[in-house]
This record gives sequence, structure tokens and C-alpha cells, in this order.
Amino acid sequence: MAHEAVIGLECHIQLRTRGKMFCGCPAEFGAAPNANVCPVCLGLPGALPRANHAAVEAALRLGLALGCAIREESVFARKHYFYPDLPKNYQISQYDRPLCVGGALPVGDAGGERRYELERLHLEEDTGKSSHPVRAGDRPFSLVDFNRAGVPLLELVTQPVFREPAECAAFLAALRRLVRWLDVSDGDMEKGQLRCDANVSLRPVGAAVLGVKTELKNLNSIRGVEKGLAAEIIRQRRLLEAGNPVEQATLLYDVEHDRLAVMRSKEDAHDYRYFPEPDLPLLRVEGPVLEAARARLPELPWSRAARLVARHGLSARDASVLSEQRELADYYEACAAAADGRQAASWVMTEVLRVLHERAVSIVDFAARLPAIRLGGLVARVAAKDIPRPLAKQVFAWMLEEAGGVDDLLARHGVRAMGAATDLRPLVLEVLLEHEEAAAQVLAGSTRTLDFLVGQVMRKSRGQAAPQVVRELLAAELARRSAGEFPPRAPGFAP
Amino acid sequence: MAIQRDEVRRIAGLARLEIREEDLDRVAAELSSVLEYAEALKRLDLEGCEPLSFAPPATALRADEPDGRRLTARQALGMAPEAEGGFFVVPPVLEGQDP
Amino acid sequence: MTGRELWRLTARALAAAVRAGECTALEAVSAGWEGPAARWEREVHAIAHSDLEARAAGAGTAPHGPLAGVPIVVKDNLCTCDYPTTCGSRVLAGYQPPYDATVVRRLREAGGVISGKGNMDEFAMGSSTEFSCYGPTRNPYDLARVPGGSSGGPAAAVAYGLVPLALGSDTGGSVRQPGAFCGVIGLKPTYGRLSRYGLVAFASSLDQVGILGRHAGDVALLYALLAGPDPLDATSRPGPPPDVGGWDGGVEGLRFGWPANLWREGVDAEVVGGLEEAAAALERAGARRVPFDFLPGEYAVATYYLLATAEASSNLARFDGVRYGHRAPKSPDLHALYTRSRSAGLGVEVQRRVLLGTYALSAGYYDEYYLTAQRARTRIRREYEAAFSRCDLLLMPAAPTLPFRLGEKLDDPLAMYLSDIFTLGANLAGIPALSAPVTPAAGGLPRAVQLLGPDDGEGLLLRAARALEVRGDRARLDRSHEVEFTWPTKR
Repeated sequence: MAHEAVIGLECHIQLRTRGKMFCGCPAEFGAAPNANVCPVCLGLPGALPRANHAAVEAALRLGLALGCAIREESVFARKHYFYPDLPKNYQISQYDRPLCVGGALPVGDAGGERRYELERLHLEEDTGKSSHPVRAGDRPFSLVDFNRAGVPLLELVTQPVFREPAECAAFLAALRRLVRWLDVSDGDMEKGQLRCDANVSLRPVGAAVLGVKTELKNLNSIRGVEKGLAAEIIRQRRLLEAGNPVEQATLLYDVEHDRLAVMRSKEDAHDYRYFPEPDLPLLRVEGPVLEAARARLPELPWSRAARLVARHGLSARDASVLSEQRELADYYEACAAAADGRQAASWVMTEVLRVLHERAVSIVDFAARLPAIRLGGLVARVAAKDIPRPLAKQVFAWMLEEAGGVDDLLARHGVRAMGAATDLRPLVLEVLLEHEEAAAQVLAGSTRTLDFLVGQVMRKSRGQAAPQVVRELLAAELARRSAGEFPPRAPGFAP
Repeated sequence: MAIQRDEVRRIAGLARLEIREEDLDRVAAELSSVLEYAEALKRLDLEGCEPLSFAPPATALRADEPDGRRLTARQALGMAPEAEGGFFVVPPVLEGQDP
Repeated sequence: MTGRELWRLTARALAAAVRAGECTALEAVSAGWEGPAARWEREVHAIAHSDLEARAAGAGTAPHGPLAGVPIVVKDNLCTCDYPTTCGSRVLAGYQPPYDATVVRRLREAGGVISGKGNMDEFAMGSSTEFSCYGPTRNPYDLARVPGGSSGGPAAAVAYGLVPLALGSDTGGSVRQPGAFCGVIGLKPTYGRLSRYGLVAFASSLDQVGILGRHAGDVALLYALLAGPDPLDATSRPGPPPDVGGWDGGVEGLRFGWPANLWREGVDAEVVGGLEEAAAALERAGARRVPFDFLPGEYAVATYYLLATAEASSNLARFDGVRYGHRAPKSPDLHALYTRSRSAGLGVEVQRRVLLGTYALSAGYYDEYYLTAQRARTRIRREYEAAFSRCDLLLMPAAPTLPFRLGEKLDDPLAMYLSDIFTLGANLAGIPALSAPVTPAAGGLPRAVQLLGPDDGEGLLLRAARALEVRGDRARLDRSHEVEFTWPTKR
């Protein structure tokens, strides 16, 4: 019997606010341990929470972008369990009445999209971090750092709409792009700014009922999610094919060793004793506030990609690459405005992205060095066949380090963009003089020899000639000879 | 309506409290008597009564700014029963067990 | 003015004396310790934490302001950074907070000096101050009897003259009932009018900081100085607090509700006598009695003991030996650390309530207990709203009995809970309420009544308290006729 997988994802998105969710401590990464704590996030007796406006705004941005229904009144709730990194031994989260309900995330190229439906989106606070150093000889212990305790999180729960691990990977990539696009989160999975747990069950193909599901936790990368799910699906499939039932469990996945481990079996399911947080009033989002947030939404990445295809004639794939990041799409469009859309796309996708990668800089920092309009100017010259591409690449490299327009840079480095026929004609005539047999061969129909002659001119020009122009000039000159015209006498040459 | 010993054990576990075996019955009886008293609520007409909250709904939330309450690490750790190198020290969580 | 007499003054008179240079703040603060405390404290045991240096330091910061140099006892569940804050519990043994509660900060800003931390029932769970890990506080009027609870320490300290004012907390009557048992005024404000930031939480939606004092004018002054929204407390009530400056303006034309059905049964005859006396005094002062029946208190008891214990079980989860407080030594693993620390650190009554509350919130029982209680609470609130459409204040007992003996109710938790039957309602409804003493019972025990008001009715409550202070004599309402406080004279 063939089985299909049914997968749902639960993602935690760490918000990019200045301060924590319920207190004013910095929500920054990498500080000395327990440097960013106060009575509230340390759970001291008598301390009280107060909700951070910026966190709610970020939640609204994401909720609106995903097309969720935004609750006018939502409720914070306490979720109880004992754990050393949970200062109050309850987490302030949302349960019965979350801020956002429904919605969907479009995934895929601007052309063909899949939409993955969501169940909900809600606000909560992050826990501290515990580490478990192993030291020879000592009794075992754990160390706890509360810097992260109280950092705002958005929990996003999807409907069980995935069927393949690859879909989940694509979803996460799209989600990461979106949260960065909206300045909601930096979405770096390695830093724990985007985390993912997955629920997976198997059922006979075409069945309506869901099978027993297991939960996969500790998936620290998109690759880990995909591989972990694949491994778990195999495990469940083997069980079912052997006639054994799948038991509810929570598993961890070790991506390095491609190994699943049971963390907890069903019997220890938590009783979280949720109840509405009495220290916080109802969270009310009124009509005008919501409309203002909606009006402030930027053009969303999938709409941007579609527009790039429509306006600049890009392929869906290229549009997708360029709208991976809002600042990159902005850069591209500014560049394309000064030059040709497709050429600009080629330059941004190859040269600019290469530099970003090699130098590990952001597009924002790059744009400060080399504004899009400036690059656009260069691209326009290439498109006009004014500058040969190899030379243009050199100019690009100079542009990264020096100020000045294209011509200034060429002059500074003693190079001429020999695109104009007037510059090249003498060289063309020289080459024809030096290679009379070759010229004759071209006239007899050999294109390879024409290439050879073009190459010779390029050499003489030290690569500064535009090959297309050279080719045209040679062809024109040879055509004149075959028509019986003789070349003008250059000074110093006998006829 | 009476709570049994097993239930007391379960609740005590949830609350991380140790109840000695010999006390289970007494605790069960005490809890039961209060819950029985709470049966009185069934006699109240609660038609149209939804849970209320006194705190006014928050449309004005806290601005995303420092609020001057940050502690120094020394203050934070100074109260700790056990601390080391800037961290709070606790016994480890046992594999597979809820702490 | 000698130190011997300073402790007799009202807080206002004392502050005026300090400001005028007639005495130093240190003298003002020390007077209570050198006089009445020397006589009473060893037996009464009102104070859990006393610190001579902290007192001197507090007095030393150049005293000015409306409370200049006035010594105030602060209940041991209000955070003070210069005194331990242990809530009468072993689980917080030695804990000294790194911050002041907002009300403590405002008190200091007004010139007040903390005289000591008041003893209390552990985590404010109790009605007798017998559940403190430091031992009980005794009623100054009869050392074999309880001072009430959970703010028994602060109430007793005011009663025997250590301080003219004290801060307590009131979740189900914990300021009003000890006020009544100790013969002093106990005010629970409208929910949200005094900040809870720094008040160690018992039941978040019920807790309020309360004020105990010997004179209505003093209570009004401290209320005015402490009340008002706090950005650190999201549940604090927005907008300016009610003006209580007219506390001595009398009660002419005030209608007070008289729900006699509540004390037809189960209330001591002496207590009922006190009610009659209070009603007569108010009428003498120009108020009008409006009899009608009111919802019996048993519903409030049932509702309260589900909601309060549920919230308490949650608020006390943080006491786990990880970041502060008592940690059981040599715990092999985390589970043991939690369980041993909490079991050793939390007292019997606290554990009882934590268990009850955990049960009420646990899966499968939430709807039947917690949710039902929340709905009942709404119903109870509506009863008060309806009552206040017919009267301006409600008059009823503060407690069903006079102060009972130590040990009398320890074996029957339910009996202890039922002693709060008249006070719980105000916490459930969020409305302000106050206990005010009347003449002592035959035998000399303090006796009091309780007045309840609508939201932000503190002004009316204090006027009524003042009217009772002068026994309804309109000619003496004016503050120039401050009542001579009756000191405990009998052992």
C-alpha cells in the first residue's frame, strides 16, 4: 500500500525589535551572559510585563503580508511548564485568541506559485539559553543565560498542507525572504532567528483521515528540515509496511549523522494549564491602526518579482533571484532605469552578487560604494556597444574603489574605450596590411580567418576595442577592397 | 467531586511539590472540601456573564525604548544560589525526562 | 516635643514637625521604636525585618515633602532594596530585591521612611498571620488572639503605635480584616489605583496594595501620594486618581446600603452591634440608610478560592531555587531541585492553595472550575453595580467574628477561608472598600465595620470613615478635631 506524507510546520521567528517583548532590555545577540536582564525578564518577584509596541507592529506587518485575518482583540495567555531557561516557569504567549488567523504564503517563481495555507500567527516571548558543558571529573551541570529570555517571537503555524520535504524547504526559504523583506526579522536560522519544528504523519494515498503524527524538533537549517523530514518519513513508512503502528513521539534530528532520536514519548505530554495573562490587558488593534499598517506595507516580494517580469522582460527565475531581497530589487530597478533591463539584470546577478558574496557585504553597503545609477551608466555604455564587456568588467572593478564617471576612470588608467570607428580604423588598416593573405582568404569566404583578423585588431588595441565594431569595420573595409576601392594611403606606407 | 490520592500525586507532580504518602489522604480531603464548596457556583445564574478583565484594553502599548531597569550582571547573579562565569548554574536536565 | 510623644502624632502633624525643624526625621522614626515597640514588639512580633542602619539611612536623606520623616511599616511582600523581602516564606529566605516597588519609591519621594518590614501570612495566603515562617504576630489588644491577616504585622504595628501608617496588600481582605481586628482603618483601593509593580504577586487580578492608619486624614494623605497610573504596571488604572482631599467634608445626604440579610445568620452579635452603631453614627452625620438584600457571600468565597488559587499556583511557579531564594542542597537533577526546593521552602497553606489552583487550571477541569469562576465573578460585579444604583456606599461587616484565638482555625482551612466572606467580594469586583473601627466590643476587643464603594469611590469611603471617627458628630468632622487614638492598654 502506498503512503503519502502529511506535514505541518511550526516556525518561530525572532523579531528584529530594539527591546524585548515585555520589558525594555536590549534584544541583541552576542552580549556577555546575563548582561541584558532586568526584574521582568529575570522573573524576579513583583515584576510585571508590558507589551512592546514595535513587536505588535512587526506582527501586524507579517500578518497583513500573509493575508491573515487580524483580530481586533487578542489575548495573551500563560503557558506553564518548568524549565531552567524559563524564568517564571510560564511563558507569556497567545492561545485561544491569537493576533492573526488564516493567511497563506505564496512560494515559487513569479510565474507558477504554490500557496501554503496557514493556521495562525501569534506573539510570545523567547526563553533563555542553557548550555551543557562537559568537564572531566566534575559533576554534570548546566549553565543558564537569560539574555534571550523575553525576546519577542512570532509563532507561525501552517495547516498540514505539505506533502514533500522539498516543499517545506522552499516554504522556509520564502518565509525567510519575506521576514527580511518586511524588516520583521533577520531570519538567520544559524542564529536561531528562524526556527522550525515539523509534524509529520503518513496515510494511505487518497485517504482523508490523518495518521498518527510525530513531532520533529531541533531542525537548525533548511537542509536539516528537508533531510530530517525525509528520514522520518522513511522511518514511519518502514514501520507501517511491516504492519507496526507509528507511535506519537517527539524526535530530534542530527543532520551531521543523519540520525533521528526519540526525545519524548506520548505519555509525557504536557498539561500547559493555559489561562489568560492577568497582568496584561486585551491587545486591541483598532481599525485605523490596522489600515495605517496596511498602507505602510511595501510591495511584497512575489508582486515585485511579477512586476520585474512584466516591466523588464526578465525570466521568472531571474526575477526571483533579484527579488530575494528588497534592497537588491531596489538596486536592480534603479540600475535598470539608467540602462537596459536585461543587461542590468545580467550585471547585477553576476558581477554585483559575486562581489557581495566574495566580500561578505550587504547590498546596502555595496550601494553606498557603488550606487545603482552609477552602475547603470556603465551598463548603458555596454549596451550601446560603446565599451566591450571585458573592459567594462575592469571599469566595474575600478568603480568599487574609486570615484568618477566611466570616462574619468578610463582616462585615469590610460585606457581608451575604443568603440568609435575613428579610433579603430587605423588599427584595422594596419592589420589588413600585415595580413594580406588572410584578407584574401576572408574575401574568398572564410569566416574563421575573419575571426583571426578580429583577434589581431583586439590584440593591437590591447583589448580595448569593441569586437563587434572591429568586425564591422573589417567587413566594411574588405567589402570596399573587393569592390575595387583601394585603401587610402596612410602616411608612411607605399601604395 | 472528591479528589483521590492518585489525582493529588498528579497535581503535586505538575506543581513540583512533594507530598508524603501518609499525607495524600489528608490533602485529598482538604482539596475536596473546598471544591465541594465551589459547587455553590452551579446554583448561580451565569446567563450572559462573560469573563471580565479590569485592565483597560491596551491600545497604547509600551514604546520600544530602554526603561531604565536593566540590572548589572553582578546584581542579577548576586542573588543566585549558584553562579559561575556569568551564568546561573543548575543540575542538568535528565535525558528524556521533564525537569 | 520629646521623642516620647512623637509617636502619638498623626502622620501629618509629625511631618509638619519635621519640616518645621521641631524634631529630626531620625527622632520621628526612632520614637516608635524607643517607646511603644520597646513595650510591645517582643510580644506582638509585628515586624519581620528590622534594620537600624536602613532606618537611619532612610531618615538621613534630607527629609522634606508631605511625609517628611514619617515612619511607615511596609508589608514583607513589597519590594524594598534596603530590606529583605521574603513574603514570610522560607523560599525567599535572605532575598533582597535589586529594586523598590513603585509605591515604595513614591513613599520615599514624599519623604516617608521605612520603619521595618511587616510580618505576614506566607505569600499573603491567610487570615491570621499565623502562617509566617517567622512565627505569628499577635493582636496587641489580646496577645492570645490573632491580629488578622495576611497584613497582620502592618496592622498591629499601627495599632500599638510603632508607626502611624503602614502599607499592606489586600487580595481577599488582607488589609481590611486585620485593620478591623486591630482597630485601625484599612483601605483597599479601586483595582489599579495603586501600582502593583514590586508587590510580590499572589493573585494578579485581585491583589491591591492597601493602606492602614489610625486617622482617616492620614490614610487619605498616603493614598493621594501613592495613587496614580504607573507605566511599569499594565493593569494600573489610567487617568488621575479620585480626589480624596475632601475626606473631612462629611456625609450629608449620602445613602448607605444596608444588606441585613448578610448578617441574619453566622455573624457574632457583637459584630452586628458594631454595625448598628456605625449606621446610627452615619445617620447622625446626615447620611440615609437604604435597606435591601444583597447576594450572599458564599458565592464570592467559591469564586475567590478558585480564581485566587489558580493565579497563585501560576505566580508562585517562579520560586524554584534557580535564580534566587532557597535551593535544596545536593539535588542530583533538576527535577529534584525544583521539587525539594519548593517543598522545603513553601509552607503548608501555600502548598495547599498551589495544589488547588493547579487542579483548577489543569486540562479537563479548566472550564468547570476556572472559567466558571471567571463568569461568576462577572455576575458578582454586576450585583455591586446594581447595588450602587440604589446607594452611594454599602455597609456590612468586615468579618463575621471578633478577633479569634491563635490556633483556633488552623485545622480547618475552609473555616479560615469563610472568615473572609465579607471582604472577598470587593476584590472580585475590583471596587474600593475600607474597614473602619467603631467602639470596642464588650471585653475590649477591637470592633469594626466595612464600607464598600463604586469604582473610584475612595473619596466617599474616607468621608464615611471620618464620620465614624467622630461618631457622627458633624461639629467635630473638621480636621482640627483629630480624634485621640485609643491605645491598647490591656494585655
